[in-house]
Amino acid sequence: MADIYKLFFGLIAVLGAASLIAGILTWRSSKPISSSLVNLNARIRAWWIMVAVIALAFVFGKSGVVILFALISFAALREYVTLTHTRRSDHWVLICMFLVVIPLQYYLVWTDWYGLYSIFIPVYCFLAMPALAALWGDTSRFLERISEQQWGLMLSVYCVSHVPALVTLEIPGNDGRGLLLIAFLIATVQGSDVLQYIFGKLFGKNRLSPNVSPSKTWEGLVGGIGSASLLGASLFWLTPFSPLEAGVLACMACIMGFLGGLVASAIKRDRGVKDWGHMIEGHGGMLDRTDSLVFAAPVFFHIVRYAWT
Amino acid sequence: MQSLASACLAGLARAITGVIPIWLGAKPSKNQRIYFANHASHGDFILLASCLDPEERARTRAVAGADYWRSNRIRRVMAEDLLRTVLVERNWVERSKDPLEIMLGALDEGQSLIFFPEGTRNMSEEPLLRFRSGLYNLAVARPGVELVPCWIENMSRVLPKGMFLPVPLLCRVIFGAPIAVEPGEDRNVFLHRAQQALLDLNPTTDGERR
Repeated sequence: MADIYKLFFGLIAVLGAASLIAGILTWRSSKPISSSLVNLNARIRAWWIMVAVIALAFVFGKSGVVILFALISFAALREYVTLTHTRRSDHWVLICMFLVVIPLQYYLVWTDWYGLYSIFIPVYCFLAMPALAALWGDTSRFLERISEQQWGLMLSVYCVSHVPALVTLEIPGNDGRGLLLIAFLIATVQGSDVLQYIFGKLFGKNRLSPNVSPSKTWEGLVGGIGSASLLGASLFWLTPFSPLEAGVLACMACIMGFLGGLVASAIKRDRGVKDWGHMIEGHGGMLDRTDSLVFAAPVFFHIVRYAWT
Repeated sequence: MQSLASACLAGLARAITGVIPIWLGAKPSKNQRIYFANHASHGDFILLASCLDPEERARTRAVAGADYWRSNRIRRVMAEDLLRTVLVERNWVERSKDPLEIMLGALDEGQSLIFFPEGTRNMSEEPLLRFRSGLYNLAVARPGVELVPCWIENMSRVLPKGMFLPVPLLCRVIFGAPIAVEPGEDRNVFLHRAQQALLDLNPTTDGERR
């Protein structure tokens, strides 16, 4: 697994450079330090921690990433449900979402039971949750409540669980390199987020969707996704893909990631909050960091599954 | 044993609710305080206590209803030995000891109190029930103690009345500026002002977060 070390050394070099630049900026800026610089420093610090956590999960292989993403689902679902309308009568349904659905979905992924984990939430939970709620007898805002909770499971559990599911794909000639596929997806999608942020800050002029997210610009989008696709192409050695295929897949994942960010912004705007939570300093909540991965993971998973296995 | 239990509970509360304190009008301090808060869940005072630093948490006790917490053995052990609550009789007719005396006794030992002026868990759709006079009596008897309003957000959704398993949702505790009884202030005027001070901290409208 020399490739995985190469990737992590590369990440450490990039983060080291980011810390150095942010450190120089902080040192040279007038006091008190501007809030955007404080935020930049917090973001970079959080990136160090996130890379360390992912590296730790990788040490434990498949089980490590399954557990890591189950915990990510837990944190994401918690942030999501906090913003929804729940009633006292939803209590047991909500508890089942956290204590039954999350462990079961990730157990199915861990045992590689594709036929069930790909329909467990969209079919069985979809039918069971409204049935439970109806048996409870509380009809107030019924449709709104059941659809909000179903949507939360799809977003924070079903979609996220397709990231560790990448390990279970049996691609000819790629034995034992499933973790690298995860690393490729995370690096390109998260890289695209960072690059969109940087391009947006440097060249951003024309707002893309001022009603939904005032910080997203066309310049940031094109520059970020273009450069992240090149980044994906240059990381082809992590994957069973050719450089061109890697670039195209990265581009698709980044476009999905962008849409995920946009949808997450629309939800936050609707609920009148700026961030999903406060779990990751400088970034906001878990969903603020994973919204792009949520949309990219299932699409990336299925393209690779149908075209390469 | 008790400090271990309180550290465990605080850790558990943080793990489930990711609670963070928002020090809006007050800062953590060494002043003796009465933290008064909205009340809809048994988790309320554990959540509030977990927002205090360990030193302050160690000397802070919650005031709870003796009629409820002494009604069976498990509750009694939890309230008296594990949680170190200050138990007061809420029933006017049968009570053996004046609740005010018990609470003043705890204050005179230098302890801070967590106090729920509504007197019971709020099960209504209203954000707050009418305040009972206990807060006013405490404030008049011990004017040196700071009265800090604390808005507890979401705990009633995490652990509603009658449930024993919590749903993990994000909670916040918002600490407002301390209030005090003004010279000659009428009891009802003060209680209304205290209630308003607490309501002003509530960041939600119609049940959704602002």
